[in-house]
Amino acid sequence: MNYTTEIMDIYKETSPEENVLIPDDISVKDDRKYKLTARNINAFYGDLHALKDINMNFPQNSVTAFIGPSGCGKSTFLRLFNRMNDYIEGFRLEGEIILDDVDIYNEKIVIEQLRKDVGMVFQKPNPFPKTIFENVAYGLRIQGENNKSFLQDKVENALKQVALWDEVKDDLKKNALSLSGGQQQRVCIARALAVEPKIILMDEPTSALDPISTSRIENLIFELREDYTIIIVTHNLQQAGRISDFTAFFYLGDLIEMGRTHDIFTNPKNKRTENYITGRFG
Amino acid sequence: MNKVLINRRKDLIFSVAGLIATFVGLVMLVIFIGDILIDGLGRISWDFITGLPSRNPDKAGIFTAMAGSVWVLFLTTLISFPIGVAAGIYLEEYGKKGRISKILEINISNLAGVPSIIYGLLGLEIFARLFNLGPSLLTGSMTLALLILPIIIVATRESIKAVPSSIKDASYALGASKWQTMWHQVLPASMGGILTGVILALSRAVGEAAPLIVVGALAYVPFAPKSPMDDFSVLPIQIFNWISRPQQGFIINAAAAIIVLLVLTFLMNGIAIYLRNHWQKKIKW
Ligand SMILES: Nc1ncnc2c1ncn2[C@@H]1O[C@H](COP(=O)(O)OP(=O)(O)OP(=O)(O)O)[C@@H](O)[C@H]1O
Ligand SMILES: [Mg+2]
Repeated sequence: MNYTTEIMDIYKETSPEENVLIPDDISVKDDRKYKLTARNINAFYGDLHALKDINMNFPQNSVTAFIGPSGCGKSTFLRLFNRMNDYIEGFRLEGEIILDDVDIYNEKIVIEQLRKDVGMVFQKPNPFPKTIFENVAYGLRIQGENNKSFLQDKVENALKQVALWDEVKDDLKKNALSLSGGQQQRVCIARALAVEPKIILMDEPTSALDPISTSRIENLIFELREDYTIIIVTHNLQQAGRISDFTAFFYLGDLIEMGRTHDIFTNPKNKRTENYITGRFG
Repeated sequence: MNKVLINRRKDLIFSVAGLIATFVGLVMLVIFIGDILIDGLGRISWDFITGLPSRNPDKAGIFTAMAGSVWVLFLTTLISFPIGVAAGIYLEEYGKKGRISKILEINISNLAGVPSIIYGLLGLEIFARLFNLGPSLLTGSMTLALLILPIIIVATRESIKAVPSSIKDASYALGASKWQTMWHQVLPASMGGILTGVILALSRAVGEAAPLIVVGALAYVPFAPKSPMDDFSVLPIQIFNWISRPQQGFIINAAAAIIVLLVLTFLMNGIAIYLRNHWQKKIKW
């Protein structure tokens, strides 16, 4: 089922780039250095140059936060990793995104397969108008999985991972839309986890939630790092500070600065980053 | 007088004008329905509904015309529902958004406004003559299906468009294909709107006489049709036929038949409204 094994003939050698922005001393659990790499990315919406010459590496089992003022291209960049921009009219991409040594924009890539490896959580909780169970089971069902006890196991597992199991285990048949916003968002995360992705993309996953739900999801992201590589867009700088290992600051389509979150927040090298972090603009 | 008072007066004048306009419409409808009820209600009986046509107005019934209408409804649904919904899905989700689709789109909207008698001529020429189907139920139903296709296509597109893109995104992001997303998410969520559109379109079809007269539906059919290839009549044609008779008895029959037809269309509209509310309640974003 793994799309990477299907296309071994396009196997690529990853070499450390000169303009890699992450320091070399990162301890990576995997023997591979980087899970995900973006190389020389330029993206356009028609004439609008939305991302300019961006290079970035994502170590396995790390959390990377994208920050920056509205419209700077964070979502555009994030959506490159599961090819959600593909169907936007007028969108054009130059450069490579490499996941486990394979360029995901290679023409042999089956997008549906890719998205099983790269899950996504959206800004506004968007559960399907179905039961909680069917929401979480959806990704498996569309892969053709219909074994009841198998699905039940997976759903229970995923709901336990997002710490929702105890709250909903007796109401799995309830419509997911009847849950609170925070619960809905956790269903959406569980739904993404159920297909066992390697990467999880999150676009402002807590911006529509109350502080308590937000902190639960932050804790969750912290725990998920053990098993997944996570990229999160956030407008909440404290949140970036709390949960991420690396932070990337974007401004008008440029990647201004990237580094360890601690360094970015305490000792930014670029003036713009400093201004943004200290709240002088943005 | 200051500005505020002038504006208030304008408000008042407008609401009175609006009220009168509403009343004119309602009053006309009430007068019309009242008149029909007075004329026809007394004539409605089990015998009238199950009676075969007859030269004698007191013995004549609407059974063959009713049976024809039910057949036509059934066949028209069978033909127009799958084609209309498929075309709507294609235009909304699959068709490349280019000049050709623009032209198609405008023409489909235009088709909804073409007089129904033109569809009758088309049906006569193509289905009755070219396909050699004659003045049969099938010819009539295919003609009416053409007539309501644009309505169904437009209703389907509108309902699909109303499904939030966040739901589609969520489905795609989980690795669903376009077809899976349509089948598992978009269609269930828009089925209420689609069904409402289809039923409203059908309630228009069931009231049509002109195109069916053109394709050769008969005013007098001795027996209820038994197969799609049989000759047929429908309620509106029966009504039209009776009204043009000189005898008072047939005029009363026509009024009674109108009541039956009205009940049928109100019933269909009621189902449409019920479906809409039912599905709306189930799905709240
Ligand atoms: N579908 C689209 N079509 C055309 N232009 C787009 C589209 N989506 C985004 N853009 C433009 O691309 C630029 C980057 O947008 P993007 O959504 O990536 O910003 P963002 O950093 O996520 O902003 P926010 O913080 O407000 O979510 C903006 O100028 C935006 O107007
Ligand atoms: Mg965004």
